[in-house]
Amino acid sequence: MRRHVFLLIPLALVGVTAAGQQRTTPAPTTTFPAYRAPHRADGHPDLSGIWQAFVTANWDLQDHEAQSGDHPEIMGAYGAGPAGQSIVEGGEIPYRLEALAKKRDNFAKRMQVDVSDDKKWHALGDPELKCYMPGVPRATYMPFPFQIIQGSNSYILIAYEFASATRIVRMDWKQESPVDAWMGWSRGRWEGETLVVDVTGQREETWFDRAGDFHTDKLHVIERYTPASPYHMMYEATIDDPNVFTRPWKIKFPLYRRMEENLQLLDFKCVPFTEELLYGRFRKPVAK
Amino acid sequence: MRDRVIRALAGVAVSMAIAFAVPVVGQTPKKYSPPRTPWGDPDLQGVWNDATSTPLQRPGTVGGKDVLTDEEAEEFQASLAHELTRDRRDGGPEADVNRAYNDHWMDARRLKITADRRTSLIVDPPDGRIPPLVPLSPARQQARAARAGAAARFQAGLPNDHTDFSLPVRCIIRTDSPPYLPTIYNNDFQIVQSPGYVTIAPEMIHSVRIIPVDGRPHLNKGLEQWLGDSRGRWDGTTLVVETTNFRSDDGVIFQNANPATFKITERFTRVAADSLNYEFTVEDPTTWTKPWTALIPWNRIDPAEQMYEYACHEDNFDIVHFLTGARKREKSGEVR
Repeated sequence: MRRHVFLLIPLALVGVTAAGQQRTTPAPTTTFPAYRAPHRADGHPDLSGIWQAFVTANWDLQDHEAQSGDHPEIMGAYGAGPAGQSIVEGGEIPYRLEALAKKRDNFAKRMQVDVSDDKKWHALGDPELKCYMPGVPRATYMPFPFQIIQGSNSYILIAYEFASATRIVRMDWKQESPVDAWMGWSRGRWEGETLVVDVTGQREETWFDRAGDFHTDKLHVIERYTPASPYHMMYEATIDDPNVFTRPWKIKFPLYRRMEENLQLLDFKCVPFTEELLYGRFRKPVAK
Repeated sequence: MRDRVIRALAGVAVSMAIAFAVPVVGQTPKKYSPPRTPWGDPDLQGVWNDATSTPLQRPGTVGGKDVLTDEEAEEFQASLAHELTRDRRDGGPEADVNRAYNDHWMDARRLKITADRRTSLIVDPPDGRIPPLVPLSPARQQARAARAGAAARFQAGLPNDHTDFSLPVRCIIRTDSPPYLPTIYNNDFQIVQSPGYVTIAPEMIHSVRIIPVDGRPHLNKGLEQWLGDSRGRWDGTTLVVETTNFRSDDGVIFQNANPATFKITERFTRVAADSLNYEFTVEDPTTWTKPWTALIPWNRIDPAEQMYEYACHEDNFDIVHFLTGARKREKSGEVR
């Protein structure tokens, strides 16, 4: 009974807001009341801080039920994944038919790893499992905080706790990506209150989630960070890759400011956590 | 008390640096006043490069001189460059090709000594050498022997498993851990500041050092980090950073000093529009007989010559090559 009450209240609020807005202005981009962040000396909103998403999209961008992990005989409930609703606008990722088959294959083999052949080094397994830098936008919704350091020059640095991944957003930068990188080539600009980041040059090996959602090196991501309150920021990403999808598609979710006193990013240098999985089979056999 | 001594030493080193800089620049001593960020902190932002051929410790070849004359400096630089250059024709075809193969990604800036013509990056002790070690505890001697064994297996092409490789080879930490020392490539550091923070992104590996400068306390003692836990404060126009809480894994701290007693203090001072003095003092009474200090000039590089991502673990093919090679050698009976 109590659960129903919790569910109904936010739904009702959304309904009222939407209805109210419809009569006066176009549909709001968020359900937050209008908010204008404090501006810095350069006239732009200050996005600095430690942020975290609380969606379960790292397991699956689309609707997903709670699920047992692989090896429940060892992992029990530790290995299970949480349920979650799709963060994809319209619910479904618009895959090309043949690409959908590859996604399913990725998922089926997400925990298989074989690095014995350089040429097939990246052929199997979720890059997250192997502690590879997650790429964009996955870095944003992994269950780890990240910190935005908004420089007073033409750089914004984003440091992610997962794998100590980092990217530098170059503001109003003309040059195209010089070379593919795991965290891509990020160029930013301000559109009013929104930081828009154009991300190209991503390595093709990253995935979007543990469900095997993937892309190629034609991936083009446009991110939008819009302050929604002192404690929230709306995040949107438009994702395009003509090799894999029939049209660009969009994800959207809020980021939450981490408010703990003296909070800082800590290490999640996960290489030591994955070395046994990757390299254990090449160990010197124990003498008999 | 010790703090005061260190600070006094650091002060000496800074004044030495300023003194050194004068004849080279050829100007009357004038205190450079760095620009400020809009919120009033000294502005250290930019991409900096610390490559140099000046060795950390003073070599025996310079007759104990700490600073060289122009002529001596030229000779010193030429001899260091000769040793560091990989593109040479004096080792026979095989050695020449092996060396030259690696030359293209080496940082050409590493072939020049510091502009102040010093013979060592260490400025204290005055002999330019790391002070002698104190006797190590049996446990630490044992740990060093184990590490040496692993290194020997690696050198022989016979690593037992991935833990025989060093942390840089395993792509866990590389030159991102303080103290920052010049190396053969990727000597770039990008500094980005926002209110309350100075962040340093080294080009080798991809972890950023996020340094709060808001007066907050260090992490609790038991919470250890690969790059330690850094806290900064402004001393005039100098950023002073103290780092603690290092992990105790082999190779995390310079020369495997003792994490329980190791202390590093770094000072970042912009001394001209395009140069910054990076000075660090390390002390560890259970490792070295006294503290020591080094001063390394950082030179600003053209922003167009930008930093690139340094992914390492993601394509660490060599770790598998080494291991499979070792297993093949054992199988073939080449070694046992």
